Formats: sequence, structure tokens, C-alpha cells
Amino acid sequence: MDEKDLLLLHLLEENSRLSIGELAVMTELGPQDAECRIAALEAAGIIRSYNALVDWERAGTGEVAAIIELKVNPERDYGYDRIAERITRFRQVRSLRLITGTYDLQVIITGKSMQDIARFVSEYIAPMDRIRETATHIVMKSYKENGHAFLEKESAERIPFSP
Amino acid sequence: MRDFVSERARTIPPSGIRKFFDLALTMEDVISLGVGEPDFSTPWNLCEASIYSIEQGGTSYTSNRGLQPLREALSRWLAQRYGLAYSPDHEMVITTGVSEGLDIAVRAVTDPGDEILVGEPCYVSYAPCVTLAGGTPVPVSCGEKDHFRLNPDKLMERITPRSKALIMNFPNNPTGAVMRRDDLNGIADIATDHDLLLISDEVYSELTYDGEHAATATVGDLWERTITLNGFSKAYAMTGWRIGYLCAPEPLCDAALKIHQYVMLCAPVMGQIAALEGIRKGEAEKDQMVREYRVRRNMIVDGLNRIGLSCHVPEGAFYAFPSVASTGMSDLEFAERLLMEEHVGVVPGSVFGTGGKDHLRCAYAVSRENLKEALKRMEHFIETHCSS
Repeated sequence: MDEKDLLLLHLLEENSRLSIGELAVMTELGPQDAECRIAALEAAGIIRSYNALVDWERAGTGEVAAIIELKVNPERDYGYDRIAERITRFRQVRSLRLITGTYDLQVIITGKSMQDIARFVSEYIAPMDRIRETATHIVMKSYKENGHAFLEKESAERIPFSP
Repeated sequence: MRDFVSERARTIPPSGIRKFFDLALTMEDVISLGVGEPDFSTPWNLCEASIYSIEQGGTSYTSNRGLQPLREALSRWLAQRYGLAYSPDHEMVITTGVSEGLDIAVRAVTDPGDEILVGEPCYVSYAPCVTLAGGTPVPVSCGEKDHFRLNPDKLMERITPRSKALIMNFPNNPTGAVMRRDDLNGIADIATDHDLLLISDEVYSELTYDGEHAATATVGDLWERTITLNGFSKAYAMTGWRIGYLCAPEPLCDAALKIHQYVMLCAPVMGQIAALEGIRKGEAEKDQMVREYRVRRNMIVDGLNRIGLSCHVPEGAFYAFPSVASTGMSDLEFAERLLMEEHVGVVPGSVFGTGGKDHLRCAYAVSRENLKEALKRMEHFIETHCSS
């Protein structure tokens, strides 16, 4: 992986809808070269998927998100991997990370309502073997996601011409 | 009543972009490629450092030279980044933007009758600064044939026994041209032979996209005859904070410092605090902006050439400088009609001196969406007026 690959990754992470033609111009690559590089990055699992960043609050679906922290007894030979793998299988789970600190796993889930989330945690996550403790935090408002601020802000006045 | 306006103030020309400025203010939906400043806000950690300092009561004068920690950090950074050796205590002054740095540098060295050579096209203040200092500005044209670099032969043609200094600016506003080390060697020989001082405005040094920036004072023996000017406005998106710096051998620096003491006292302390944070911890933010400028440069050069405005690849700064020769219009006519008809603001090249004729300065310090929209409108303009 070289500088051009890194630039392609940055550009696609910011805006995955850029066309091959646009990406080629931006990165000073030939279109074919750009296409091959992107294909290679996809094949290597470095580019995992192309998504839209949705402000669900604004979409008005009433979905609720929550961060759940879990204390987990690791398993001999497998550590946290097998239990993590089981948790990832739930449709509701958006992200799952092994973290340092008081808790071991951090799960981000979405549900239709707070009750929905509470039910999911108490029925499926908390009773799992090896899970010692859970802490559920309901997300009240999202200010920034994946590097994009959700706050509307008047842009500062800029003069139209300056030398 | 007498006319109180001085002869000098009367004779310096008004800014060539005033008319465009006023026109643009009467329109909505203008996309302006006419602004010579970053569209980014100052990185937030720099703002935080300054805000915190204000909360702690940091609102006083600083020493005339500027905050000691800032000068020390700059001295280390200049050495490591460009191989420039300047003592923070004797060879450096923090100025109120590079504009002040240029003014005090010119005033520190100009006597009545001195000729100051000015590489053109260039930033609009150079010649007026020379005039106000009592000198005579002598333009040296940097043409498209030379990729807008300073050609030693052209420089030679303008040298007289009265020539004292040369003001140059690379990476260049408005052309984006860059002087490589080899190019500077040619200038160094002439400067030494004719005992010229170089005033080198390097405010765009961090915005060098292809290769490394060569600092003038690091070429040959130029250090002893160079005043280096630089600042935070462009690289750190800090135009409104007004922080620049002047570096020069002690006698020259002392002379400039004396003027600075009397007319400015010191650069704004809030800006100096933000600049210190920038030089210490602003690298990643700066690099991210530079990366984005380069992407936009590639977009605009490709776009301009595609719609028929031939444009060399600017290797630095954030300006593209395409030619309008193929359209049959002058740069002034093109820029004015483009603004009136398509609501796209560009600056006619002749505003920046003789060498800029028949060109447009298009600043690509605007969002990619605006850049695309501006190119679309320019294409429409050219299709309307130039389809044969």
C-alpha cells in the first residue's frame, strides 16, 4: 500500500459515491490504475463496504440507539472471540468492540423504542454465559458520527474577493 | 482648504479587485474563486489554546519580537523543516501577518531613489509598499513560457546600478509557480554579482505539492543577503489572526524590528498563542488541509483544460492561473462577464501586474462541490461565447 492507495481510502471514506473518473483525476492516477487499486483494496478486505451516513433522528423513524458495556469472562483458548462472534450475529447489533477499561466489550445497538432495547438486553445479552455485568446507555442525541458533525451551523462570513 | 492627501498616497493605485467586490455583493448565489484565503476554519485545537489563554487573562502586549516560546519553536521548526538557521533571539520578529513583515522589510532597506525589483505577477501590495517607502518598484515579468518562474535573463535585463533588492514570492500568488533549488541557484549568482538583497515571501511554502519547498536563504550563500518572510495564514487557515514572521541576519532584523516597535508594537497575542499551538501540535490538521488542496488542484486543472482554458499545473499555493487567450476576450472582460452572467468570481490576472495579462486567478480554496459548480458555469459561459 502506497500514498496513492491511502489517498484513495481517505477520499472514499469521506464520500464513497465518487466515480472512478473523479477519483483518478483527484489522485493523479490513470482511470484503469485507480480502478485496479480500488478492486485490490476491496479484495484485501481493507474497503469493507460503501455506506450512506444517515441522520435517523432527522429521518423521524423514532429509532433508539444505545451503547451497552459488558463485563465478560474470557474463555480458555478463545479469549473474547467466541462470545463476541455470537453477539455480532444479532441483527440489532450495529457495532461491537473489545475495549480497555472497566468493561470488556462495547456494543452499539438500535431498536424501535427504549423498551425494545431493554428487552433485547435482558432477554438475549445479559443471560449469555460468561457475561458478568451489563451497563446500558441510551443515546439521547448524536452530535458527530464518522467524522461528520450533525449540528447545523451558519458558516462564517467570507468576503467574495481578496488579493 | 488644501488637499491634505499626500502625493504618495495619491499615486498608489487602488486595489484592482474593488470593482468586482462591489459587483459580487449585489448578487446572490455567487461562487467565488476570487478569495485568497483557505475555506477551512482554523483547526480547533489552535482556537482552544487561544480561548483558554484569554480566559487566563492573556490579553497583554508581548515583547516587541513576539512570544519567546513561539520564536524558539519556530526556530527549531524552520531548521528541521527547511534547513533554515535563524536565532530566535536575534534574527526573528513575529509580525502582524506577512503583510506587515513585507512592509517593514521594504522600509528597513529602501532609501529614496533605490530601485526594488519585483517579480510579477505578484501579490498586489509589493509595488505600493516600495512606493510608500520612497523607492521605485521595477517589475520583472515571470511569463508562462518559464512556467511563471523567475528567469535569470529577464532579471538581468532590469538590473541597474540603483537596484538594491528583489522581492519574490514562491510558491506564487497568483500563479501557483514554484522555484526549485536549481532555479534559485541561477538567481543566487546574479544576487551575489550585483550585490542585491532578496526579500523572499514564502507564506505558501507548506502548500508545495510536487517535491520539497526550497527556502531561498538555504541556497548557496544567500542567507546573508535574504530576508525570509513567512506566516500562519495559509498553512494553518489563520488569515484573520494576523500572524507572520520575519527572519533575517541580525543587522537587517534589528532595522525591521525598530520599525515594528514604532508602528505595531507587537503582533496580537491571541494569534501568537494560536500559532504556538499550531507549530507544536498542528501538523496533522495542516497535512489534512494540504492533502485536500492537492485533490482540488487536480480537479480544477483537469476541469479548466477540459473546458478549453489552457492551464499549467500549479505546483504550490492554492491558485490555478489559466489563460483566456483562446477565447478572444481580455482577462478583465472575461472576469467581469463571467461574474455578471454566470455569477462566478475570478480575479483578472492583470491585477497582479504585467505578466498576469490574459490570465485568470482561480483560487481553489473552496469546497469540491463549489469547485465543480463553478467549472460547470464556466463551461456554459465558454460554450455561449466561444463556440465557433
